[in-house]
Amino acid sequence: MSGQIGNQPTPPEAEGPLLLDIAEVSKRFPVGKTGWLSGKSHSLVHAVDDVSLTLARGETLGLVGESGCGKSTLVRLLARLTDPTSGSIRFGTRELSAIPAKDFARDPDRARIQIVFQDAGESINPRFTAADAIADPLRQLQGLTGDTLRQKVEEAATLCGLPLELLARFPHQLSGGQRARVGIARAIGPRPDLLVLDEPTAALDVSVQVTILQLLVSLRESLGISYVFVSHDLNVVRLLCDRVVVMYLGRIVEVGPARAVFDAPLHPYTRGLVAAVPRLDGVRADALRLVGDPKSPIDPDPNACRFHGRCPIGTDRCGVEMPELRRFAGGRQAACHYAEEAPA
Amino acid sequence: MSAATPAAAASQSVLDVTDFSVEFRTRAGIVRALDRVAFSVGRGETMALVGESGSGKSVTAYALLGLLDAAGRITGGSARLEGTELTSASPAALSAIRGKRAAMIFQNPRAALNPIRNVGKQIGDVLRRHAGLGARAAAAEAIEMLRAVGIPDPARRAGAYPFELSGGMCQRVMIAIAVATRPALLIADEPTTGLDVTTQAVVMDIMGRLAAETGMATILITHDLALAAERSGRIAVMHAGHIVEDAPTKTLLLYPRHPYTRRLLAATPTAAGNLADLRSIPGNLPDLRRDDLPPCRFAARCDRRLPACEAPMQWRELEPHHRVACWNPA
Ligand SMILES: Nc1ncnc2c1ncn2[C@@H]1O[C@H](COP(=O)(O)OP(=O)(O)OP(=O)(O)O)[C@@H](O)[C@H]1O
Ligand SMILES: Nc1ncnc2c1ncn2[C@@H]1O[C@H](COP(=O)(O)OP(=O)(O)O)[C@@H](O)[C@H]1O
Ligand code: SF4
Ligand code: SF4
Ligand SMILES: [Mg+2]
Ligand SMILES: [Mg+2]
Repeated sequence: MSGQIGNQPTPPEAEGPLLLDIAEVSKRFPVGKTGWLSGKSHSLVHAVDDVSLTLARGETLGLVGESGCGKSTLVRLLARLTDPTSGSIRFGTRELSAIPAKDFARDPDRARIQIVFQDAGESINPRFTAADAIADPLRQLQGLTGDTLRQKVEEAATLCGLPLELLARFPHQLSGGQRARVGIARAIGPRPDLLVLDEPTAALDVSVQVTILQLLVSLRESLGISYVFVSHDLNVVRLLCDRVVVMYLGRIVEVGPARAVFDAPLHPYTRGLVAAVPRLDGVRADALRLVGDPKSPIDPDPNACRFHGRCPIGTDRCGVEMPELRRFAGGRQAACHYAEEAPA
Repeated sequence: MSAATPAAAASQSVLDVTDFSVEFRTRAGIVRALDRVAFSVGRGETMALVGESGSGKSVTAYALLGLLDAAGRITGGSARLEGTELTSASPAALSAIRGKRAAMIFQNPRAALNPIRNVGKQIGDVLRRHAGLGARAAAAEAIEMLRAVGIPDPARRAGAYPFELSGGMCQRVMIAIAVATRPALLIADEPTTGLDVTTQAVVMDIMGRLAAETGMATILITHDLALAAERSGRIAVMHAGHIVEDAPTKTLLLYPRHPYTRRLLAATPTAAGNLADLRSIPGNLPDLRRDDLPPCRFAARCDRRLPACEAPMQWRELEPHHRVACWNPA
């Protein structure tokens, strides 16, 4: 990858050596009443439904969609923190879906996938100093101790622009941006191939956000890490990501190169999402509004488009036929009966 | 900052704030949270108050409406709501004003609502207390308010409890409660933070429409400059308890003059820009407990600083309606 910051004209379909290849992955959570005879629950939350995607080495994939659409569940699945209900998760050459999450916690490949959680800064143990927090995964996953450990901790801190004199501080003695750096330093310490970031900058001021995003770009260049980056902020996704995946109620509705997807969305939901993003240059005249709320994720109709009922262009067909993800020019995909090629 | 000259036309103004200062007494010292803040908001106008976290946006809102906690107090200045002085008003008078003439909505709507009372009754309560409506009229008006904020099937939803509604719907209920008595002033403190952008757009449309219909003045507090750009007519930029620049929205975005405003804009992602073009703001907000805060609280972070910047700060009116508090504006 060149030294350029921001989007590369990378091929939209992950190309070259794949780091991650997940196919038809679903995650269902039982909810509601339990039949006392069968002992089985009757209702299921379809948090992630039939999701397939690929990630190339060094690639940054953005994941966007409304609150509750399944982004966090999906990244917890691909980081193997929870077990999928069905589907395959290939990491490098290895199939990981069959390894129970509790066993994977001790797996040698554990260190290769790291995750920075939503509210990274807040999720650091308040009784850990920054140094302890960064050292923790190195100790647990790689069994490092003593001088080697200290050296690795300092290396990770330096890579993340964290002054070494801050290492002795506790989280409450650090600024939001410094805590975010600790969260990232902790995750890159074991030198993962894949770093999953679940809204790492959501709670930060723009100024701090810029430094964190630029840090991520420089780490991508110096360490060759791949990212899966979850964010509510489409402007940020566009800045950082090569490709973007748009989810709606557990399913992928659109995939493609970030700029293309945001400049000319194929799916009606993506269109509504893009139109709602505030812009420094003011309201556009065409401001399209998505009204209403998503349907319930509990036992959704398997034969209806999840967006049906809220979709401004839906028809009766959408209520009886689930749209499949279809391929479009430019490495794009969309799941809508009425999606058409974007005008050139 | 002496000689405050609020930018809004005085004849139309709903709220006039001058030399407004607030301090908090803490064990670690006095926090000088607001220092001679001045601005005006006119009828039907939406003014955005923007700035980094900790710059004093929420304190401004709370202090104006008499909602500061016990450690905080207004140490000077004036705030007049349609001629009524708020800084010297009694708690009872302020409480009456809050229900009727000025309203506030908060960031976390679910927490601000009563969890064990249905939303129709919560709107009705305000109408009964502050608009003198009877129970039946209040219930009917509550349904109308729910309709006005775009809640589908309002008659049925009036019976819903907050936990049965999404975050966006709760915020619409909060707006309904806030505007039920047709206040002259609405202060919305990060009203859409935590909501999806699609929901945010709908909620902001509703606030804009109500302001246009009722002539309500709105202070939109946000850390999101893009949201301010889309939804306000004027922007006041706050830094470390000072308002540093105040101008019509377009002017502020196109011709920012205060070094902090320029820095804030340079850090904000745009639809077209590149990450490499964005610049973070050097340094942090100063510690507001310091006794020796400089006249310009941005000085330690500023690359345009001159020896002259040590002088007491004064407002400069660069053009009509465009004020800046800086000795060396760009
Ligand atoms: N442990 C669980 N049990 C039951 N339902 C769950 C569980 N975890 C998640 N869900 C449900 O799965 C769906 C997806 O949740 P998830 O946290 O993945 O959303 P998200 O896209 O990350 O949302 P946000 O943007 O708010 O972080 C939601 O309907 C959620 O309520
Ligand atoms: N109750 C309080 N006690 C002491 N300091 C406070 C209190 N509330 C706010 N402050 C201080 O006042 C300043 C402004 O805070 P605030 O108005 O909440 O910022 P913003 O809303 O712009 O993020 C900060 O320095 C904050 O720490
Ligand atoms: S399939 Fe139908 S309901 Fe679904 S997004 Fe397309 S048009 Fe809308
Ligand atoms: S007054 Fe001086 S130090 Fe303060 S912002 Fe202006 S140029 Fe910078
Ligand atoms: Mg999440
Ligand atoms: Mg605040």
